[in-house]
Amino acid sequence: MSEYQLQEIPVGPYKHLVSERAISGETMILNMGPQHPSTHGVLRLVLELDGEVIVNCVPEIGYLHTGVEKNMEAKTYLKAEVMTDRLDYMNNMGNNLAYVMAVEKLVGLDVPPRAQALRVILTELQRIASHLVWLGTTALDLAAMSVFLYCFREREIILDIFEMVSGQRMMVTYFRPGGVWRDVPVEFEAAVRDFIKLLPKRIDEYEALLTKNPLWLDRTVGIGKLDAATALQHGVTGPMLRASGINWDLRKVRPYMGYEQYDFNVPVATQGDTYARYIVRVQELRESLKIVEQALNKLPMGPVRSDNRKFVTPPRSEIGTSMEALIHHFKLWTEGFPAPKASIYNAVESPRGELGVYLEGDGGPKPYRIHWRTPSFDNLSVVPQIVKGHLVADLIAILASTDIVLGDIDR
Amino acid sequence: MGVEQKLGNMGVVTTTLETAVNWARTNAMWPMLFGLACCAIEMMSAQAASYDMSRFGMELMRPSPRQSDLMIVAGRVSRKMAPVLRRLYDQMPEPKWVIAMGDCASCGGVFNNYAIVQGVDEVVPVDVYVAGCPPRPEALIHGVLTLSEKVKGEKFKDLTKA
Repeated sequence: MSEYQLQEIPVGPYKHLVSERAISGETMILNMGPQHPSTHGVLRLVLELDGEVIVNCVPEIGYLHTGVEKNMEAKTYLKAEVMTDRLDYMNNMGNNLAYVMAVEKLVGLDVPPRAQALRVILTELQRIASHLVWLGTTALDLAAMSVFLYCFREREIILDIFEMVSGQRMMVTYFRPGGVWRDVPVEFEAAVRDFIKLLPKRIDEYEALLTKNPLWLDRTVGIGKLDAATALQHGVTGPMLRASGINWDLRKVRPYMGYEQYDFNVPVATQGDTYARYIVRVQELRESLKIVEQALNKLPMGPVRSDNRKFVTPPRSEIGTSMEALIHHFKLWTEGFPAPKASIYNAVESPRGELGVYLEGDGGPKPYRIHWRTPSFDNLSVVPQIVKGHLVADLIAILASTDIVLGDIDR
Repeated sequence: MGVEQKLGNMGVVTTTLETAVNWARTNAMWPMLFGLACCAIEMMSAQAASYDMSRFGMELMRPSPRQSDLMIVAGRVSRKMAPVLRRLYDQMPEPKWVIAMGDCASCGGVFNNYAIVQGVDEVVPVDVYVAGCPPRPEALIHGVLTLSEKVKGEKFKDLTKA
């Protein structure tokens, strides 16, 4: 008989994080993850349950710890960039942008206007792709399967555009210090314009499926309320903060890459619940599309990378004819360029919030220290507070609405 | 003569039990719903609208290892995750197969460091390696079809040995 008895999960390491009632056995400790269909990666949550009501929630992270920061310190500034794609794997272009902007700040590189506009277009497309995956997987978690299929259909179009410009669907490494890898192909503009024309109708479709759907409203309205004060205390940023009523978007408050030239709104909601986060993200899809269209309309002609040969590799065509170009190419890819002994912090608005890079140079060609301030980490830190008193099923909705990416949290 | 050949008009088909069982296994292989990192997103793409892996009998991703036949290790396996991965593998019923999807799961990929297991074959036996960082959905589907070919050639006596 004994072998059929349920094994009790020991409270052990979580003793100080759960209530007295858990230790006396009155409430139940339930383990959720790291393999669970709705934890959006390998997140483990230790739940203390009173019946089906959550008393305490203890997230345990680190199941995807990759050592990205350490690995980047072992590579030159140019080569370390490939690591950035793999941090937050829904926001590859955005990670590239945060990193290359940090390097440009550190060494003092200018970016040509065409490259800046291309960066804006592609980062905004990436934001749309990320929000589409969020919408699809969240709807899937809350049992709306068709939305998942629709969202991935549109995401494929964006990935096709990425493949067109960079040769890769996800790990693009397209932005380089001083510009972008190479100019976009001629088909690029038509492809993006087709997408701009297509997506608004498709967003209407998603909204028709969800926004007034009573089942969706039941699962999201009033669930996981986050007030502005708590959000600020925990360093929550991005759509989650804006859904709690605080108008804070780095693209508006500290514009970079020429975001000040574009006319767009920052969607804000005040309720702070799961539904508000959904509304904010869906509005952001439309706003991002507006930015893409404006940037495409005034996309300037000209070079796409800086001609400062001490930091930027020469174009392929020059290498065959110019001795200096060959030397620069060789030196940059073998030794890399030295960066001054200084430290800088650069932040961009990722689909999840403030994505920051702290970069410290020591005069050599490799970063002395690099640290990522990732939005998912801070956004997750508020989850234990807002799930208290909710049902286990609501935890799924709340966790999905925070839009965490474990690669972003664990690094 | 095998089931995959023309049936003729007699309404009777002769085959070996092995062939029939293997044929059935390849056409209803349920992968475990288990994503680790970037590759999991491409695995989802392979399931979703454009690629639709259910064409190969894989429309059911089982969230429980006890109901699945195939583990797709999609992404990098950290040292902290490795024991969990092994436990999930042990919980799967026989016969079971493993696809190492992507460079990280196959050999550590770009992450040659302290945190990442340098190839998931250190932890579980791998049947098919799919290259790419991350592999395209087509590459994953190719990996699955390669596994099907492998399963079709399996002998009962080899399976019981494991």
